[in-house]
Amino acid sequence: MIRLEKRPTPSRFWVGATPVIAVILTMIAGGIMFAALGKNPFEAIRIIFWDPLFDPNLSSYSRPQLLVKAGPLILIAIGLSLGFRAGIWNIGAEGQYIIGAICGAAVGLAFYPAAGWYIFPLMVVAGALGGIVWAMIPALLRTFFNTSEILVSLLLVYVAQALLASMALGALRNPQGGGFPGSRNLAQYPAASNPELFAGTGIHWGVIVAFVAVIAAYVMLQRHILGFNIKLTGQAPRAAKFSGVSPMALVLICMGTSGALAGLAGLFEVAGPSGKISIDFASGYGFTAIIVAFLGRLNPIGILLAGLLMALTYIGGELAQFMLGLPKASIQAFQGMLLFFLLALDLLSNYRPRLAKREAA
Amino acid sequence: MFRRTLLATSAAIGLGLAFGAPVAAAGMDKVKACFVYVGPIGDGGWTFQHDQGRLAAVEKFGDKLETMYQESVPEGADAERVLTQMALSGCNIIFTTSFGYMDPTNTVAAKFPNVKFEHATGYKREHANVSTYDARFYEGRAVIGTIAGSMTKSNKIGYIGSFPIPEVIQGINSYFIHARKVNPAVELSVVWAYTWFDPAKEADAAKALIEQGVDVIAAHTDSTAPLAEAQKAGNVIGFGQASDMAAYKPSPRVASIIDNWGPYYIERIGALLDGTYEQKATWAGIPGGEVLIGEITEAVPADVKAAAEKIRDDIAAGTYHPFTGPLKKQDGSDWLKDGEVADDGTLAGMMFFVEGIKADIPK
Repeated sequence: MIRLEKRPTPSRFWVGATPVIAVILTMIAGGIMFAALGKNPFEAIRIIFWDPLFDPNLSSYSRPQLLVKAGPLILIAIGLSLGFRAGIWNIGAEGQYIIGAICGAAVGLAFYPAAGWYIFPLMVVAGALGGIVWAMIPALLRTFFNTSEILVSLLLVYVAQALLASMALGALRNPQGGGFPGSRNLAQYPAASNPELFAGTGIHWGVIVAFVAVIAAYVMLQRHILGFNIKLTGQAPRAAKFSGVSPMALVLICMGTSGALAGLAGLFEVAGPSGKISIDFASGYGFTAIIVAFLGRLNPIGILLAGLLMALTYIGGELAQFMLGLPKASIQAFQGMLLFFLLALDLLSNYRPRLAKREAA
Repeated sequence: MFRRTLLATSAAIGLGLAFGAPVAAAGMDKVKACFVYVGPIGDGGWTFQHDQGRLAAVEKFGDKLETMYQESVPEGADAERVLTQMALSGCNIIFTTSFGYMDPTNTVAAKFPNVKFEHATGYKREHANVSTYDARFYEGRAVIGTIAGSMTKSNKIGYIGSFPIPEVIQGINSYFIHARKVNPAVELSVVWAYTWFDPAKEADAAKALIEQGVDVIAAHTDSTAPLAEAQKAGNVIGFGQASDMAAYKPSPRVASIIDNWGPYYIERIGALLDGTYEQKATWAGIPGGEVLIGEITEAVPADVKAAAEKIRDDIAAGTYHPFTGPLKKQDGSDWLKDGEVADDGTLAGMMFFVEGIKADIPK
C-alpha cells in the first residue's frame, strides 16, 4: 500500500521538478494518443513544442505570436493571483475582459474617424474602468450582502457575453459592414489601434503592460505591506484581522485590481490582434487565465512562464492540427493532459508517498 | 461584379477545364493545397462538403497534390495566424471556406504574393492573388421553397438564418417566393442564430420555430441539429442543408441542397499544376453542378415532387431565374417588372426582403 504523508513544508525539489516531469508525462501520454490516431507521435510532439520556437520557416512568425497569445493570459492571471492568494475567488475575469473591451472600443469608435494622440489613452482608461465596474458588482455584493463572489462573478460572464452579442449587432455595429455583425476594425483606425510596437516581435502595449504587471506584482508581494496583508489573509484570516487588515477593503482592492487588469487585457486585444468587437470576440482568455494562475502557482514569475507555456501549446497545437491533420479535439485533450499531470504531481510537493506496511484495522 | 456569363461558363467546370487565356506562369510538378474550415469536418454539412471537395481533388491528382486542413478556425484574429502559418509552411494555394475569413484572407494575401488565396462566399479581391468563389444557393432554395409551400399544413414555414448577410437573405427570399407561388396563404418566420455552426443554438432556433406552429423548417446553418429537432417533433419536415444529410431520410429530411465543391477545387488546383491559373470570381449554381438537389423522398407527394423537379430542371437549362418579376420589396416598392430578372450586382448586395415576409432584417 502507498500511503501519503503530509510534508511539514512543501518540498522545494518537487515544486521545481513537477512542471518538468508533467511536461514529459504529457508528451508520453499525448504521444500514445497521437499514435492511436495513426500519426507519428515524435513528429507531433516536435511540431507542438519545437517548431513554433525553432523551425526555420515558421519560428520567425510564431515566436512573436507566442507573446501575442500569452500577453492577455499573463495580464489577467496576475490580477487573479492576488485575489486567489487572499482567498477571494474572482472566476469571472472573462466577463471583465469582455466589458473592458466593449467600453474601450466604444470610446474609440465614438471618436471615429477623428485623429488625436489622446484617443488611445482614453480607451485604455475606459477599458480598465469597465473591468473594475464589472468586478465591483460581485465585490460589493460580497462585502455588503455576503454573497458568494464565485457565483456572482461567474454568472456575470454570461451577462457580459449577451451584452457583447447585442453590441456587435446593435450599438457598435459597423455601418459599412454589409450586414455582418461586428464593429469597425480598430486595428485599421490608427488613432485607436494597438499596433505591433517593434516590427516582427509581436510586442504590443498589452504585452508590455503584462510584463510591467509581473514585475509590479512581484515587488508588491515581496516588499509591500499590501502584499504581506494579502498573503496573511490567505494563510490566516483571523490573524490578519487581529493585525488590522480590513477584509472588506481587501476584497475591493483584489477584485478591483483583477477587474482592471482583465479589462485592460480586453481593451488591448480588441484594439490590436482581434481588431473588432464581434460575437465571438471572447475567446476564453478569462477562463484560461485561471489555469495559468494556478499553473504558475500564483507566483508572478511562475505565471509568466505558465502563460508562455499555454501559448506554446496553442500555437504548436494549431500547427500540429494542419500539418498532421489532427482533429482539434485531440489538441484540447493534449492541453488537458498537461494540466492534469501538473495538478496531480502537485500532490508530491505537499505530500510524501510512503510504502506502508499493511496494518490491522 | 459578377457577370451572367459566369453561369454559362460554369458548365465547363465539371470538365475540369481552365478559364481565360493562359498566363506566362509555368506549371508546377506538385501542389500543396490547404483548407481552412469554420466548423469540424464532422458537422455533416457545410464543412463536411468542403472536405469532400478536398478529397475529390486528392483522388483526382494523387501524388501531385498534397493537402492540409485545419478545422474549427474562429473567424477573427486566430484565422489570420492560421493562414500565415499555412503560407509559411509551404502551401501553394489556400482555400478559406467561410465568409468571415474575408478580411484575414486579404490581409495575409498581401504578405504572400506567391501564394494563391481562394475565399469562399466573399466579395473582396484586394490583391492579384485573391480569387473568390461562391455558389448560387438561392437556386436550390427555389426548389425546396416549392416543396415547403406545398407540404405545410399549418401554412407556417420557418427559416433558421445564420447571419443577416446578402448570401443568406437571397436564400430566404427565394425560399419564400417559391413557397408563396404554390401556396398564397403561407407565412414565413425567420430566426437568426448568429452562428454558422452551433448545434445547441441551431436546435433552440428550430424549437422556437416549432413552438410557433411552423411545420417546415429550412436552415442556413451547418449542422444536422434542426433536422434532429424536426424528427423529435414528429409532424415537422426539413431539408438537408449544404450536405445531403441522408441519415434523416425519408422524413423529416424530404429533400436537400448539396454544395458540390469538388469540381471547383479540381479545376483550380489543376490550373495551378498546368500553369493556367488566373484570378477570378466564380458564382456557379445548379447549371454547373455546383449546387445539387438531393433525392426528393417518398414523403413528398408525386405532383409536388414533379413541380420541384421542374423548377430544378428549368434552372439547370437556363430557362428560369428564381428572381423573376413581377416582384416587390417588403416595403411595397417595386423591384422587378414582369419578366425582368434580378442582376447579379443587386443579388450580391441584397439587404432587403421581398413583399409578404413579415420578419425584419436586423439593422
